Amino acid sequence: MIDLTLLPDGGLGWLDASGPLSHLVLSTRVRLARNLSTHAFGSRNAAPERETILRDVESASRESALIGHAVCYRMDSLELLDRQLLHERHLVSKELAGLDAEARVRPAAALLVQDRIGVMLNEEDHLRLQGMSSGFALEATYAQVDKLDSELGQRLPFAFHPEFGYLTSCPTNVGTGLRASVLIHLPGLVLTKEISKVLQGLGQVGLTFRGLYGEGSEVVGNFFQLSNQTTLGKSEQDLLDHLGKIVRQVIEYEEQARQVLLRDAPTIIEDKVWRAYGLLRYARTLSFDEMMNLLSGVRLGAGLKLLGDVGLYTMNKLLVHCQPAHLAAAHGLSVDDPALAIQRARYVRKLLEVDAARRG
Amino acid sequence: MKCSNCHEREAVTELTKVANDEVTKIPLCERCASELGLDTTLAIGKTPLATYIAAMGQGLKDNAPPTEFGAFVCTSCGATLQDFRESGRLGCPDCYRTLGAPLRELLRRLHGATRHAGERYSPPGAIPESPALERRGPVELREQLRRAIEAENFELAAQLRDQLKDLV
Repeated sequence: MIDLTLLPDGGLGWLDASGPLSHLVLSTRVRLARNLSTHAFGSRNAAPERETILRDVESASRESALIGHAVCYRMDSLELLDRQLLHERHLVSKELAGLDAEARVRPAAALLVQDRIGVMLNEEDHLRLQGMSSGFALEATYAQVDKLDSELGQRLPFAFHPEFGYLTSCPTNVGTGLRASVLIHLPGLVLTKEISKVLQGLGQVGLTFRGLYGEGSEVVGNFFQLSNQTTLGKSEQDLLDHLGKIVRQVIEYEEQARQVLLRDAPTIIEDKVWRAYGLLRYARTLSFDEMMNLLSGVRLGAGLKLLGDVGLYTMNKLLVHCQPAHLAAAHGLSVDDPALAIQRARYVRKLLEVDAARRG
Repeated sequence: MKCSNCHEREAVTELTKVANDEVTKIPLCERCASELGLDTTLAIGKTPLATYIAAMGQGLKDNAPPTEFGAFVCTSCGATLQDFRESGRLGCPDCYRTLGAPLRELLRRLHGATRHAGERYSPPGAIPESPALERRGPVELREQLRRAIEAENFELAAQLRDQLKDLV
């Protein structure tokens, strides 16, 4: 069984709802794709080469101020459930954890992680430097990852071309190798049916959206991950500024949509959020998707001050600990055991009860 | 992923459907998307890489013999165009150097640009690159372009033309 206690906050510091605009923005993530100039990319290198890459990066990381004491999790020595757990904590991609369509863990695929910063190793690129923060914090998150990039880049020969920038396995990441994303809760825009316009607009300004778990994942509980689509031809700062500007606009639209709901359908909205809260408080079985949809209603209700002060941190904790692998690990079940729905409902009731007691 | 309308062709875009308060994504192929009257401007950003790569070959017919790109084999890692078509991934850093001009066309389609404008990097132990060499102005580039055309060095000319386009 994986030992997540090696991480002081279990790798979940980014969920503590302490960051700016946490009532709307769950987290901000920034990643930089980097490769070593001395090796073929992930799709064309063999096990011994991948081991060398892991060894070299690990050794360089020990001299780093940011990840000098990082914990290293090798995916090829972890059970499936443990890898799912790391993926549910947003610490590794589906591909690295061997959970994608091919469902295999590549040799020497690993995660180095310390606090809110880490490196995925031997994914499609040799290194994926990543930083995660609570709330809407593009600048601060990038600053950390940029610092790590400089530290490692002084010790490892990154593949860089004067014309194309940082070279990546997939040409969609070349140049800056930067992907910044903001996980944002947009129930107001979904309820007012304005969301498709907003999402279409994103495509037209060079941004894209994904679901809760990033690339290839479904939208669950009205959480949308907004990120930059292109990585070449603009500076890192320009990419961040552009994304930041659009996210602020989306936040404004969401706030407006919520005001429209309150103005035009106050009873319907109040009823909807209290029903969601009631179901969560008393249901005896809950699927993950159902829980996420109900939580979305409660989160909206808390934001509109219709429900009293339901703790954001409580809701964030539910979002993580009620995922299939988390519940399965906690109760010794398999991820597809129907009993998970019972355990989920029990855990939700318990946390909401504690939260209600806190509020008096 | 197959198109969920015709269940035959590969999906190249997704329709985001909002019903009640549920958002669902429906994968569609290009033809079905267009028959359903979807705005294909959104589809452009979501088209898989494979479509770009295929399109890149088409575009080449106008400028260069198709065999130039079709015969691509990276001398460093042995990756072929077939590998690139199938996986959408390049094999190694040298693939970028080997692919040259056709790659620029692909990058232009993907990113709307061909030139890195972000942070510069020098590997450990290397002498930092000279900014003067890196940031050539349009006057100098035009002069080099003229010389390249005179010398019938069309590959270099195409590169310089691209750099000029990016500057303007």
